[in-house]
Formats: sequence, C-alpha cells, structure tokens
Amino acid sequence: MAVSNDASDLKAGTGAQPATGAKLSALFAGTMGPLIGLVLLCLALTLTTDTFLTVRNILNVLDQITVLGIMAIGMTLVILIGGIDLSVGSVLALASMVMGFVAHPDFLNLGVPAGVVAALLVAGLCGLVSGLLVTVTKLPPFIATLAMMSVARGLANMITDGSQIVGFPDWFTNLSIIRHFGFLSVTVGLMIVLAIVFAIFLNYRATGRSLYAIGGSAEVARLSGIPVKSLTNWVYAICGVLAGLAGIVLAARLDSVQPSSGLGYELDTIAAVVIGGASLSGGVGSIGGTTIGVLIIGVLRNGLNLLGVSPFIQQVVIGVVIALAVATDTWRRRAQ
Amino acid sequence: MSPDPRQNGSPHNGLFVNGLCKSYGPVQVLADASFEVRPGEVVALLGENGAGKSTVSNIIAGSTKPDAGSITWRGKPYSPANPAAAIEAGVGMIHQELKLLPDLSVAENVYVGRLPMRGGRIDRATMNAKASAQLKRLGLDVSPERKVRTLRIAAQQQVEIAKALTLNAELLIFDEPTAALGGEETELLFQQIRKLKAEGMSFIYISHRLDEIAQIADRVVVMRDGRIVARHERADIPVRTVVEQMVGRSVERMFPKLSPPGTDTLLEVENLSSPEKSFNNVSFSVKSGEILGIAGLIGAGRTELVRAIAGADPISSGSVRVAGKPIHLSGPAAAIKAGVVLVPEDRKAQGVVLDQTIGENLAFGNFDHVAPKGWVFPKAVQKFAEAGISRLGVKGRPNQAVSKLSGGNQQKVIIAKWVSRPPKVFILDEPTRGIDVGARAAIYDVIADLARSGMAVVVVSSDLEEVLGLAHRVLVLSRGRQRGILERSEASNVAVMELATS
Repeated sequence: MAVSNDASDLKAGTGAQPATGAKLSALFAGTMGPLIGLVLLCLALTLTTDTFLTVRNILNVLDQITVLGIMAIGMTLVILIGGIDLSVGSVLALASMVMGFVAHPDFLNLGVPAGVVAALLVAGLCGLVSGLLVTVTKLPPFIATLAMMSVARGLANMITDGSQIVGFPDWFTNLSIIRHFGFLSVTVGLMIVLAIVFAIFLNYRATGRSLYAIGGSAEVARLSGIPVKSLTNWVYAICGVLAGLAGIVLAARLDSVQPSSGLGYELDTIAAVVIGGASLSGGVGSIGGTTIGVLIIGVLRNGLNLLGVSPFIQQVVIGVVIALAVATDTWRRRAQ
Repeated sequence: MSPDPRQNGSPHNGLFVNGLCKSYGPVQVLADASFEVRPGEVVALLGENGAGKSTVSNIIAGSTKPDAGSITWRGKPYSPANPAAAIEAGVGMIHQELKLLPDLSVAENVYVGRLPMRGGRIDRATMNAKASAQLKRLGLDVSPERKVRTLRIAAQQQVEIAKALTLNAELLIFDEPTAALGGEETELLFQQIRKLKAEGMSFIYISHRLDEIAQIADRVVVMRDGRIVARHERADIPVRTVVEQMVGRSVERMFPKLSPPGTDTLLEVENLSSPEKSFNNVSFSVKSGEILGIAGLIGAGRTELVRAIAGADPISSGSVRVAGKPIHLSGPAAAIKAGVVLVPEDRKAQGVVLDQTIGENLAFGNFDHVAPKGWVFPKAVQKFAEAGISRLGVKGRPNQAVSKLSGGNQQKVIIAKWVSRPPKVFILDEPTRGIDVGARAAIYDVIADLARSGMAVVVVSSDLEEVLGLAHRVLVLSRGRQRGILERSEASNVAVMELATS
C-alpha cells in the first residue's frame, strides 16, 4: 500500500499502530497537507459567514461537486500512471449530447436508459481511442488527448448542429434533486460509491497497485510482468466512461444538454487531482487525496460566493490555491 | 606512501588541496582531505561510493563549497564560487552523466554559452571550424554539425573533452569516464589523456575499475569515509592492496566458491537473432546450478541478448526452451511465467521504482503470489517483503523507500523480487555496476547461492574479473556474434579478450 512518508512518520510518532488507524491513514495516505488545508478553509468560512456551516449549504456544496468529483476519479487513475487527459470536458459534452439525442422525443426517442448506455459507450470509446493513441501510436498523452478534446467537442456540436436539447423525464432530473434519507441525492450517492469503489480498487486490488508501478516507472512495471499497455488502454477508457457519467449527472442537474458544456472542466479536474497530492509525473496520488482536492475547490467556490466575491476574483484565488498546494507539497518532499 | 603534502617542501605550479572538510548536517562527508596534483600527471582518486571522492571533485570544480580548508592552484589561492569560476581558472570536470544538449550540434555543444558571434549572428563557419580542429586534436572524426544525440556515448564523451579543451582547461577531473565505454574506446581515451598529459595538462581520475589505474595513473590517492587513507607514489600497486585500503579491512575472498553444476539442462537457446542484428545466431545452454558468464565489449549485444531471452525485446528468429519446454517470447510476463527472470542492466531506470517502498517493489512482480485472488493486503505485502528482505539480507524495512537504500541493497531488492517464485532461469545484467567494492562480494554470494539452489544463472558483466571469478563457463560475444564458450579452466583474461576483440 502507498504508505506516504508523513503517514508513516505519524505512525512512528505514536509508536503502536492500531489496525483501524492504519486503515484510516491508508485511505488518506499522502494527503495530510491538503486535509489540513481543507479543515482550515472550512474553519475560516465558518467564522466569516453565518451561512457556510449549515446543513443546507453543505448539501449544496456536495451537489455542486458531483460532476467534478466523478471526473476527478478517472483523472486520478490517468495521472497515477503518468498520463494526462485533456479531453474529459469535451467527452462529457459529447456523452451528454449522445444521451440527449438517443433519449429525447425530438430525436431518436429511445428512452433515457438507452441514452445513458449509448453515452457511456461513446465516452468509453473516446477514452479507449486516446489510450490506443498513447500505447500504439506512441503519442505523448498530452497530444493524444488534446486531439481527442478537439474531436469530441466537434462531434458534440455536430449532433444537433450546436443547439441544446432541453427537457428530460422527471424521474431522471429527480435523481439529482430528491434527497433520500433527507440528505442524499442519487447523483451524490453515485459519486460517493464510485469514490469508495475506486479507493478500494487502488489500495487493495493487484491491478490498482499495478497502476502505481506503471506511474513509478513503466519499464520497471513491464519487466515485472505487468501488462502496461492494456492497463493504460483500460485507464483511459475508464476515465472516458467516468467523464461520460459526469455528463449524464450534469444533464440531470440542468434538465438539458448542450454541446458547449464542460468547457475547461479538464483543467478543474486536473487541478483537483493535483491539489489532492498527486504527482503529474505519475506514481503518486490517491482517491482520498483527490476527494479532498475536489472538496477544496468546491468549498472555495461556495465560500467565495457566500462572501460575495466576484467570479473573476474566484478564478484568481483558485489559481493561487493550486500553486500554493503544489508548492507546499514540493517543499515538504524536499524537506524529507 | 608519500608524506602529507603540507610537510612536503618543493612547491610546484599544480594543485594543492589542504585540509578540506565538508559536512551535511551531522554527516561529515569529507574530513581533512589533503593531496596534490603536479603539472602533467594523472592522479587516480579511489574509494567506495560515499568515500568522498565526488565531494572533493565537486569542491575543486566549483559546484560545492568546503566548510574548511583551502586549495592552491598554480601558486595562487583558489576558491571557485561556482563551476564557471573554476572553468575560468582552467579547471574542468567531465561528469559521469554527460552534460550535453542532445538536440544541438557537436559544435554548438562545444561552444554553448560562448557561441562565436559576427554582426549579431552566430558565426557558424568559425564555430564549426574551431570545433572540428579540437575534435581532430582528439583523433575524433565526426562532423561538427552532427547532432550529439546521434553519437555513441564514447564520442559524446569526446565532445565533452573537446569542450573542456576549448575552455583552456589545465586540470581535468574525470568521474568514472570509462563506465560506459568498451575496451577500444577506453584505450582511445587513455591515448588522449597521455597526449594531453605530455602537453602539461593535469588530471584527477576517478574510477571503480582498478585494473585501469595501473595503465593510466601516475599516482594513487585512496579515500575512505571522507578521509584520505593512503597515497601511493606509483600506480602499479596490487589491486588487492588498494581494495583493502578502500574497504578498510582485508578482503578475504572476492568470489565465493562455486559448487559443481547439476545435470538437468534448464535453459536452451537456439539460433537466436534480434531484428536489428544486435545479436545473431546465438546458441547455448545452461544447466541447473550452473553460472554462465557472458563477456564482450560494450555494443557486443550482451544486454540485447539477455533482454530478448527474458522477453523484454522482440526476436526475429530462433527459439528458447526452459526445462525442455519451448517458451513463447511474447513479453516479460510470459517469460516470468515460464520461469525466466531478469535483473536488468540499469537498476534505477529498469529495476526498481525508486520512490516506492521495498514492499511495493517486491509486490510488483509477485501479485500472483501476494494477491492470489487479486486482493492485495498490506499485511501480506509486509510479510512477503520481510521474507525477501531476510532471505537476501537487505538492509532495510518493508515500508522504506527504495531510493533511501544503497546501490547494493537496491540490487538485492530486485533479486529478492524474483527469488521466491522460484525461477528456473535467473539472468543478471551487470549485477554490480555502480556498487561499492565491499558490497559486491555480498552480491556474488547471492548469485552463487542462486545457482546452488538449482537455478540456471546467466551473468552479463563488463567487469572481466567478475565474469571469470563467478562463472562455470564464459560465453564471449563480439559484434553480435558468438565467438565461443570457454570452460572455467580455459577462461583467462587473455583468452576472453582475444575472442571479444575478434
């Protein structure tokens, strides 16, 4: 397991290592810095606003981060193996347009479930093509997914010639509106389940651990008998599927799909993963960290809104936070 | 041994190093180091990794500052603030990892940072002509306009030397210059050093290859644990003496006693060829318990051959059988499954993931064992790692990052990764490259144990002594062709080199 250095220091400090403590620290391995950042951020907002720490607002934040959160899980896998996926925003748009086209009465009218399946297939295919461009054509991931970003966006626009598709069945939009047990919408639940499943996958499955080997050194992984190429293809495909799923969640939240949605989401997603402690050179990162990264971005946006800060200044603040998060991480590593 | 130069009267115009000290935190890496380099001589600086050779060289070359001590160079106090100041003073260093810009031309590399200008533009004609002249002086016939990337390592090194010469260096520090060179290339380098020496240049020569020292050095300085432990006025001292001074104890035996091989043939290689013809039509077999050494010059195709057998590179024709069964060389995974494992040549780039723990690194090749149903539990990894660590005697804990280990221990981690399977054929490519002399003996013991446990072992090494000391038989490659297989009794330095250079 990826015992981070600070986590193991922590254990060394407390001497004994209780089993549950070990499991908890494994879940948030390498994320102490971002976690402290998140806690401080929440404290500051609790003190400066009287609306931040309310159930209603916290639920709002959760709703707002579902799209980012789901995409960031896929991006974590890609960044873990030393790759990058710039196409997730466009794939999100393409998948949601495919769903709208297949499901909506004005077009194929095959129903939402068929639309969802079609959307996920198309999104997975986009990811697989990116993966094959990386593993077979040997394009750098940056270029391969930059190409896919353009292609998917173009395809998304072609479906309706650039116009949006509005109006889905109530049951579908309710997925993001109705809060079961008083707090949990289906979409938020989906994000949480996915995060847990992928955290377990990365921590406890051989295939998940193999991704750390690939990111650490693809050649070492290959010589160790790990099927680097096929895992790489799978990772990009899964990243695509998750981007597609995020597109469906967005469609449910907005009750519409448009080809221009998801613009710039790839950068938010990468930012969340990186704030969560992942290294762009691969081999370092975790779902726990990414979750914290997503929460930091979500809470920051929400808090700045509550404080009435203009969206332009918000962009500046988020940029500063990215630089700060990665810089402190780099300093900390160097200090060891 | 000569007396301490501080008590030595006769001043000369060379380099005097006086009582240099350097500490990093509580660790003293250099303590009271003093020696001299006279004009026109080659001083060999010997010592294990971490003995302080690099620290001394870096101080002289201006990239590290000493805590105490002084240097006199050409009769004047000398304390370079940075490498540029050292170069200005005529002191250059050729690093082990060459510091060239691979996509620029040879001439651009020689003149980088001081490109000749005319009318605000780079004067390429002058630059190329001057660079060409320097290269000719070194006996190197390459176009100055060629990209450095396209040159062989040896030629790239010559470019570095040419660069130092155009900077009017009077003292050149070589850090392991022959680590990546073959026999002929080494000889060429030595010729150049002798020629430049005759012109009055001085050299500090760092190398792990002790056999070279007698050939090239005039005097020898031996370091251990940051101190200078011996100064020899001559270079033709017995290797054993030097090794003992380097490791600080008497070296009983470098090589373990070999047990006789078994009778079962475990590895059979038949007419194996690579697509690029880096090796061609190679056939041999290795028995259970036998160690086959593969010798040859750099570029003879040794690494390519063993990588192909381990499934790491494709082959164009031929076959490999393991314990009588043909194996399909589709990739490393297939070879590992068939019982063929490789400890690759470049430990840090191919052998271990440096930033990850020993436990992780051991698990990476063994998920079939550590995670039988695909579930990896930290406890299982820990247990597996502890077994490997104790079996190989690795100085480390399962949750320690591999980057924190010494080279010898890193190598043991890579061996530990495979040893538990257990494999039928164990291939080690340059198992002691960059590893301290003292730690090498431990690796040799491990290799002998692998054979004793019944595996067929193949060892590739550029260190001839190592091949001769370890192997039951020695296969010699030259330019991709198999020149012969020598029995241990007939395998001598001379016999192997004759075949290797044929």
